[in-house]
Amino acid sequence: MISRRRLLSAGAATMLLAACGSNTGRGGDGQALRQWYHAYGEPGVQQAVERYAKAYGKVPVDVQWNPGDYDSKLATSLLSDGGPDVFESTLQISSVRAGQLVPLDDVFGDAKSDFTASILAGHTADGKIYGVPQAVDMQMLFYRKSFFAQAGVQPPSTVDELIDAARRLTTGGVKGLFAGNDGGGGVLGGPALWSAGLDYVRDHQVGFDDPVAAQAIGKLRELYSSGALLLGAVKDWAEPDAFTQGLVAMQWTGLWAVPAVQKALGDDFGVLPFPKLNAGGKTSVPVGAFGAMINAKSKRIDEAKEFVKWLWIERTDYQEDFNLSYGFHIPPRKSLAEKATKLTSGAGAEAVKFVRDNAKASNPPDWTSVMRTAFNDAVSRVVRDGAKADDELKAAAAKVKDELKRLYG
Amino acid sequence: MKHSRAFWLFVGPFAVGLLVFVYVPIGWSLLLSFFDARNTVTPTEFVGLGNYADMLTDGPFLQSLGTFSVFAAFIVPLTFVLALALALLVNQISFMQAFFRSVFFLPTACSYVVASLVWKLSIFNGVRFGLANTVLGWFGAEPVAWTVSTSPPWYWLVLVTLRLWLQLGFYMILFIAGLQRIPQHLYEAAWIDGASRGWQTLRYITLPQLRTTSVAVLLLLLVAAYQAFDEFYNVLGTDRGYPPFARPPLIYLYYTALGSGGQDFGHGSAGAMILTLLIAGVTLVQGKVITR
Repeated sequence: MISRRRLLSAGAATMLLAACGSNTGRGGDGQALRQWYHAYGEPGVQQAVERYAKAYGKVPVDVQWNPGDYDSKLATSLLSDGGPDVFESTLQISSVRAGQLVPLDDVFGDAKSDFTASILAGHTADGKIYGVPQAVDMQMLFYRKSFFAQAGVQPPSTVDELIDAARRLTTGGVKGLFAGNDGGGGVLGGPALWSAGLDYVRDHQVGFDDPVAAQAIGKLRELYSSGALLLGAVKDWAEPDAFTQGLVAMQWTGLWAVPAVQKALGDDFGVLPFPKLNAGGKTSVPVGAFGAMINAKSKRIDEAKEFVKWLWIERTDYQEDFNLSYGFHIPPRKSLAEKATKLTSGAGAEAVKFVRDNAKASNPPDWTSVMRTAFNDAVSRVVRDGAKADDELKAAAAKVKDELKRLYG
Repeated sequence: MKHSRAFWLFVGPFAVGLLVFVYVPIGWSLLLSFFDARNTVTPTEFVGLGNYADMLTDGPFLQSLGTFSVFAAFIVPLTFVLALALALLVNQISFMQAFFRSVFFLPTACSYVVASLVWKLSIFNGVRFGLANTVLGWFGAEPVAWTVSTSPPWYWLVLVTLRLWLQLGFYMILFIAGLQRIPQHLYEAAWIDGASRGWQTLRYITLPQLRTTSVAVLLLLLVAAYQAFDEFYNVLGTDRGYPPFARPPLIYLYYTALGSGGQDFGHGSAGAMILTLLIAGVTLVQGKVITR
């Protein structure tokens, strides 16, 4: 016979375990829709999204703000029944193939043509749209105008000019370029391919299985070994500190850095896309956008769809507020991007132009982590170890090919 | 033997925790390793030993196993000798022994993440005002990009000093405990027989008497070397992923199983099983060789 005390202690242990495992921010079944965001760095965003959710009249919406490693947390929660109904994310084909997402083609309606095509493409897989783009982020090259004038250097329009400029601008305590603490291989691998008219993946085929790719990545090695790169900065490429502190004449970072750079340097800076390698190549800027998605495990898919449609398609005033009142993003809808006053002059206007003309998906849906690891490893070996670009890229291409075969047959 | 109610009261919660958070996941992982488990933990497609075959022919995984076998071959003896030396020194001194013991043990209490960030961002950052580069600057040397440069691979200096700083104190304490268990009369007898105070007593009394402690320390060190994750992830990892060099097997498996853009639990679990078998195998062999 189980004594009362033993039963109680067993009960307490189970309760403890349950308390550990079920903190999903759930507001009770059948009541509120659960919506997840990652923690935006800019002050005011959390209050803003909570305000939007409150304004939705049809069903209550619980907003959960997720500091820390959002991607892992989200991916894990999507495996369980405790995940959100609506969440923001970039699109990965693996989630589509695992049946984790609800296609959203029908929520767009007439508004579809108003979304920037390249952004929408980043949320499309297997011919269906799975995310409603919320805000566009992009990366570009920032350069210090006064440093260039002093050294008599022109803003570079080819990769060779970029390397040359970086070399000539390296004097005393100033380095020519900062493109990440890994020596540029991480953020510039994609732009280097695009500079030669190549890509990660193209029509379900390897996009860089080409002798020119070795030349393009070889340029990153040239840059790395030129001694003109800043390496091991305290903050990595995503923060403009090295640039604003005058440690470098050029830095590869993102649109989000514009307010901080403006505050520190006033007008003494300009922005550029990544230059082209040769006549066959193109200038480019990597873009990415978080999109609102719906969990296929949600028990309230229709309500969730209606909410997403209301928030990210109908309420254009909220999209404008979300994109422009806190940080510095480009609204994914052309009609909003065009009329935004912040984006009509200076670096903002340039960025809008780059996105319109030269946008490349920084992380396309069918570029899986296996492919990314293979490619990044190859680039890192070429750039940092001086390995032979031809061999390394061929090995990476073989791996990407296998993975594409698995995905598309 | 019948256990009392108190036994279960104290052991029960721990046993349940162990079962739920350790044994069930291990079993589940074993199960997943035989399935094509992409973005799911309840897979349906059985692939037999396919995942194992993939991992055993997977370049980066084998490379990381190789790198960390070399890493273990260096770090295990190095930490062992330094910890033993430190323990002998601290055990010898007659004043403020508790103070020195605490001072050397203190880093063990420091978080790996915090220590990694201090090493990466203030001591070994690559700009001219980093601590290490400032010191180099006094001698007129150029700043070194410690965690970036691969030729020479300065990042090993960063990682090894960090690991030594964090771990030495702990193993030193283990050795001190072992040293204090050696009966004093053994030494006295040896001195009477004419053994010299330094090398001879160390060689013929201290080291043999420390055998059990040594085996335990070696075992722990070896497991710790293959389990390397925290400081590597925090020093060399970036938001763009992890570089292909000095990549611990666990970090490679972490990116395989949990990386953004595809959670591949099947291959991840298979890799984890291979790693477990490897650690168990090496440990057994080592135990056999040393206790023989």
